[in-house]
Amino acid sequence: MTYVKNRLRRTMMFVPGNNPAMVKDAGIYGADSIMLDLEDAVSLTEKDAARMLVFNAIKTVDFGGAEVVVRINGQDTPFYDEDVKAMVRAGVDVIRLPKTESAAMIKKLVADMEKAEEEYGVEKGSIGVMAAIESAKGVLNAPEIATATPLMMGLAVSGEDYTADMHTHRYPDGRELEFARNMVLQAARAADVYAFDTVFSNMNDTEGFYRETKYIYELGYDGKSLVNPRQIPMVNKVFNPTKDEIENALAVQNAIQEAKAKGSGVISMNGKMVDKPVVEKADRVIETAKASNLIDEEGNYIGE
Amino acid sequence: MEIKTVGVAGTLESSDIQIMVSAGQNGIEIDLESEVAKSYGDQIKKVITDTLKKFGIENAKVKATDKGALDCVIAARTLAAAQRATETTDKPRLEVLQ
Repeated sequence: MTYVKNRLRRTMMFVPGNNPAMVKDAGIYGADSIMLDLEDAVSLTEKDAARMLVFNAIKTVDFGGAEVVVRINGQDTPFYDEDVKAMVRAGVDVIRLPKTESAAMIKKLVADMEKAEEEYGVEKGSIGVMAAIESAKGVLNAPEIATATPLMMGLAVSGEDYTADMHTHRYPDGRELEFARNMVLQAARAADVYAFDTVFSNMNDTEGFYRETKYIYELGYDGKSLVNPRQIPMVNKVFNPTKDEIENALAVQNAIQEAKAKGSGVISMNGKMVDKPVVEKADRVIETAKASNLIDEEGNYIGE
Repeated sequence: MEIKTVGVAGTLESSDIQIMVSAGQNGIEIDLESEVAKSYGDQIKKVITDTLKKFGIENAKVKATDKGALDCVIAARTLAAAQRATETTDKPRLEVLQ
């Protein structure tokens, strides 16, 4: 496995690192990213065993093409050093640092990863990092965290810890997370890294889940963290482009090809100029449409 | 590697295996309980034995309760139990799993 900076990451499914049944089946649900958890989902007495299980799973289990992320234990715990070493040795795609509050913490992680890469003969820079933002300090330092390393894959808001730090808790309307969500997203976009929204844990509130997912999609988030595989198709539904969006994107791509064939430098479509952001957006739409089987190989719309 | 205590790792949940390693004198003696012992018993015992030997344990009593674990789970649980039994969990020997 090797870390790829740019790929589709609509869904990041949390999987408890000490649960063999859930780890072995994690790849069958079609999540874009799978996050094997060594931190909160593992009790203090099982950290050693979970680390070994996750290590071996990364080396042998087929995760169906999903990106594999491991949430290690924080830098203030006695498990951090061995977690980093083990995950580098396993060749995970991305290491996720919990409770990130500064660029210095990410720089330390990258330095520790480099040491391990050297020790175990793993290619330098072949593993990405991501930062979980879980406190007021982390939110305020999000811009420096996002730019702390070229290996940064993305930032994730973690709602439970953040709201506790803010002396509040989660409410159905999510207003308590407004500043954090916007700040983290802004920092991620400015640094050209991915942004992930927090989990929505009330599985019985389908309407609330759709409301929240739609909201973060409209803000511009790349994906959402999940705790239940049932939420994967729900997120994809929200993130899927509409038929109009797909047809428009295909038209943009055709216009580019035509212009290239003619040797024309300026690209226009329906009399409007097609510039770089328009092209990038079209490429994103097509990529998502392909991943969701909304278009076939030739680019024909096959959604319902 | 000297076994200093009884080391247990793994659970009795589906797809897991619980391994208990304690001191022994007659090589690796495995008492395996598994619904698939008839078809996979030898393979399960082989993974446990190979992992312990690679770790450096030649003599041990092992009680294994299998709930349908994959080889990668059996090896990981065996190593965890062995490191606990030898009181060496602070220095994970992941090369044993490779």
